[in-house]
Amino acid sequence: MHILLGSNTQWVLLSTLALGMAAGLVGCLSYWKRQSLMSDALSHAALPGIVIAFMLLGQKDIYVLIIGAAISALLGAFFIQWIRSATRISEDTAMGIVLSVFFGLGIMLLTIVNRTVGGNQSGLDTFIFGQAAAMVRKDVRMMTMLAIIVIALVTFLFKEWKIFLFDPGFAKGMGLSIRSMNVLYLGMLVVTIVIGIQAAGVILMAALLIIPPVSARYWTESFKRMMMLSALFGGAAGAIGTIVSVLGKGWPTGPFIVVVSSMIFVFSLFFGAKKGIVTEMLQQRARKRQNEPAWSVAASSTLKEGNQ
Amino acid sequence: MSYTAWIILTASLVGLSCGLVGVFLILRRMAMMADAISHTVLLGIVTAYLVTRELHGIHMLIGAVIAGLVTALLVQWFHQLGVQQDASIGVVFTTLFAIGVILISTSVGNVHLDVQHALMGEITFVPWNRIDLPLLGEIPEAAFLLMIVLLIVLISILAFYKGWKITSFDPALAVSLGIPAAAMHYLFMGLVSVTAVASFDAVGAILVVAMLVTPAASAYLWTDRLIVMLALSGGFGVASAVIGYVIAVWLDTSISASMAFATGILFVISFLFSPLHGLASKYMRGKSSRALPKNSV
Repeated sequence: MHILLGSNTQWVLLSTLALGMAAGLVGCLSYWKRQSLMSDALSHAALPGIVIAFMLLGQKDIYVLIIGAAISALLGAFFIQWIRSATRISEDTAMGIVLSVFFGLGIMLLTIVNRTVGGNQSGLDTFIFGQAAAMVRKDVRMMTMLAIIVIALVTFLFKEWKIFLFDPGFAKGMGLSIRSMNVLYLGMLVVTIVIGIQAAGVILMAALLIIPPVSARYWTESFKRMMMLSALFGGAAGAIGTIVSVLGKGWPTGPFIVVVSSMIFVFSLFFGAKKGIVTEMLQQRARKRQNEPAWSVAASSTLKEGNQ
Repeated sequence: MSYTAWIILTASLVGLSCGLVGVFLILRRMAMMADAISHTVLLGIVTAYLVTRELHGIHMLIGAVIAGLVTALLVQWFHQLGVQQDASIGVVFTTLFAIGVILISTSVGNVHLDVQHALMGEITFVPWNRIDLPLLGEIPEAAFLLMIVLLIVLISILAFYKGWKITSFDPALAVSLGIPAAAMHYLFMGLVSVTAVASFDAVGAILVVAMLVTPAASAYLWTDRLIVMLALSGGFGVASAVIGYVIAVWLDTSISASMAFATGILFVISFLFSPLHGLASKYMRGKSSRALPKNSV
């Protein structure tokens, strides 16, 4: 257990906690934009950017790598959009193309780097599955800072995001520019993905954005509560997954974060207060016990709504 | 046959099978489902290994088909429970893939199976892993497996051509004709899984996705006829394999990753220059229709 008390681990823990929360929040926006898999495509598309940045610089400097990753992911987003609008190819096919071709290019370059640098000295392999234990203080500071900026942007612009997602017509009337909101959203998505890659890896980063909002959906109908829960679930998964992964030598962090997140999802799926399977079963049984058939409850509730 | 020839043949078989299956995948708008299945196949292989302690042939194939079908079923189930389609794909495959990676990196250890292999395949070792067969003589096991899979793919497409064609283009008509759409769907998912796993062993997960999606998408830009699209897609798959190999030798890098990249090169060419839906031809047509507005259709 003494590893957990090491100060470096505590810092890493803080950063994955912040990352999980930021991803949970941004993931909610993606969920309602119906773009969950976009994050998967973009995180794969970031790989060639990371490797090219490393090749240009010859060393692992987190700032440069992050900029490289961001450019490459944005390029991927641009291509998806372009293919979709210029041809009859559907969006998911375009995502599949960008994801696999960019990732293929990334691995191609990575193989060359590993060969020229000698062995796996570059340490870039950890970007594929993520290794929180390999992060140094500088990485952690950068990650935490950017995650907090994302969290703040979502929180302070909460009302704007809500209008942007659910009532674009009203947004126009309010003078809120949908275009700039879209740009800000894409920017936040890319930043979240890019800072998460080091801890969670390019392949599984998308899970941090996709799973928490889906879990939160089983507990509430309110957008605000969904965001809060999603951040909570994401943060918990990030922190717990990191703790588990540092227990074993060379264990990857990403998969553990994902599995913790999925456990929360399965629990929500069965016991969630809104649509959980067990919850609904209990509610139905309670209705039966009241000797009142389900349809009459439904009928009376629709009547109530009708009266209002 | 020489070492190089076996590698190119193996990769071409992958390109051909994936290209054919991919056509129906993108017409049914299920490209990301292919991505999901190609990832979960890993869990199927690991589980099959844990149960049988055997990494070859039929065990793996069965494990992977089960994993693929479980993925399709879970995605469908979550979707029915109110999760958006693409979110449920995202939840299912990342979870199953993460479990697979954890099993590999913790307990299974380095028994022929590592994450690198799962992602990129070990196509360079394919020619050495040979089996002796009557008639065919001594051929690499992966190539043999892929030949069988190609045969399965061809037979399935011949047998269900009409059914898949109608369910892909006009689901409502399919229902009114009494074609069992759900059965067709799971049958197809099974076929995707078989193709993915046979290819997976040779070339890894990335190349499987690239080969399933990209050649078919390129072919989609060249033609409006299904039968032509199938032929083109298979051809692009084989061409990508060959071009990819050349690039890999030239740059001395990962063969399967270069092949994935080569599918992208062919796509860019199609995207720019296809006479039917390419950018250049659209631009030209835009010009001529401006000159002769009445003749434009």
